[in-house]
Amino acid sequence: MEIYLLILLIFMIIGSIIAIEAKNLLSSVISVGVVGFCLSIAFLMLGAPDIAITQVVVEILILVVLIRATITMDNTAIEEGGGTFPFVTSLIFFGLFLFFAFFALLEIPRFGEPLMRVSSEYLKTGPEKTGATNIVTAVLLDFRAYDTLGEATVLFTSIVGAFGILRRRGRKHKREIDTEKVGILEDADIKKDFKGF
Amino acid sequence: MARDVDKEIRDTSKGMTSIVKTIVRFAMGIIILFGAYIVLYGHLTPGGGFSGGVILASAFIVLTLAFGKDMALGKLGDKAASILDNSGALAFAIIGLLGYTAGYYFLNFIDHGTTFELFSAGIIMPCNIAIGIKVTASVFAIFMALSIFGRFISALVEEEE
Amino acid sequence: MILYFLSLVLFVMGLYCLVAKKNIIKKIIGIVIIEYSINLFLVLIGYRSGGIAPILLRGMERSEIIDRGVDPLPQALVLTSIVIGLGVLALMVAMCLRLYEKYKTFDMSEINKLRG
Repeated sequence: MEIYLLILLIFMIIGSIIAIEAKNLLSSVISVGVVGFCLSIAFLMLGAPDIAITQVVVEILILVVLIRATITMDNTAIEEGGGTFPFVTSLIFFGLFLFFAFFALLEIPRFGEPLMRVSSEYLKTGPEKTGATNIVTAVLLDFRAYDTLGEATVLFTSIVGAFGILRRRGRKHKREIDTEKVGILEDADIKKDFKGF
Repeated sequence: MARDVDKEIRDTSKGMTSIVKTIVRFAMGIIILFGAYIVLYGHLTPGGGFSGGVILASAFIVLTLAFGKDMALGKLGDKAASILDNSGALAFAIIGLLGYTAGYYFLNFIDHGTTFELFSAGIIMPCNIAIGIKVTASVFAIFMALSIFGRFISALVEEEE
Repeated sequence: MILYFLSLVLFVMGLYCLVAKKNIIKKIIGIVIIEYSINLFLVLIGYRSGGIAPILLRGMERSEIIDRGVDPLPQALVLTSIVIGLGVLALMVAMCLRLYEKYKTFDMSEINKLRG
């Protein structure tokens, strides 16, 4: 089991290297799609079928939205001008991060032996207390329903924020407002003395 | 009515070719059925409100990609999507507040019933339906907004040149 | 252990793409890769060797879920996190389209210049 996950992770790393370094924007978007599908297979192998279903569908929608953003510009080839200074600096700092992370990762429980203090209670008493047989849904909507309310609020906020940015107030409307009579200039006395800018 | 749909399919000026349109007409009902199954049976099989909501939204997005956005806005307008979104979120919060009748917040106060049945597990099924409606309307509305805005700026760029 | 480390390597690669590239769409791709890597890390923590999914089927013994089921708590976190990632991506692409409308380019170094 671990060997399959290792192969999938190596595929994901190769796919993301292609996504980062490709010169054509459309190629990098497609490589991100490959990373997402490999991730969904990894979720299925790790015993999480709900997450695998969600990841496949959300992956497709992410691809559609990103391609919509990419074809705004007519030519999808870009000029890369990263330079050597960002490359070398980030290599040093991220190398240091990975070096210390290696020692930190030795402290958490080994892969395959999780520390299930709260979850063992959920697994033991879940079906009786809630009546649901899907323990993940029971955790999400009965044991931790307040957190789900918070998550629904975050989703709602991000959608409302995106609407606020995309509200339609184009050049044409602005021109109309500029030539319209704004409130204070409609007053007759002020308009008499007012000669213009 | 079959003649109108035929005219829609043969009109290649907006949307994709007629092969794609014929397949999408057939597949959209299946996608909506599958999404509704995943939302309703969330407490028995893998799935739940979030997964089923995204699948239902993708049915409408496939309709938009194949037929153009006017047809999709005819099926579910932007005002209707906004109202559905808000009412889904509100319904989820109200179901939580109803737990006050039994003493706690978000208490599972409906009778549990027998396991492995559809109408069991108390509060979980109405919550799944509310979240499913909310996620569907949200994702569909944001996709419509991005698509309408995109037309708008490409028209703007053309008018400037 | 090597799996945790490789998912952190994926995280660092997404972070490099976010920091060191000039195109806005590349930065958005970096954020998407960061999200994938962190979701994978969370689900990796909850895996139990020889584990089965925490779903009770008809005719299954209760003790089988208790002995062999994987951890359901990280899965509940990651499920909503994936859908929220979609919402945040829509917000970023909306900002990107607005920037394109104003500056007519996707290049970050052009947008960064102060115009007097």
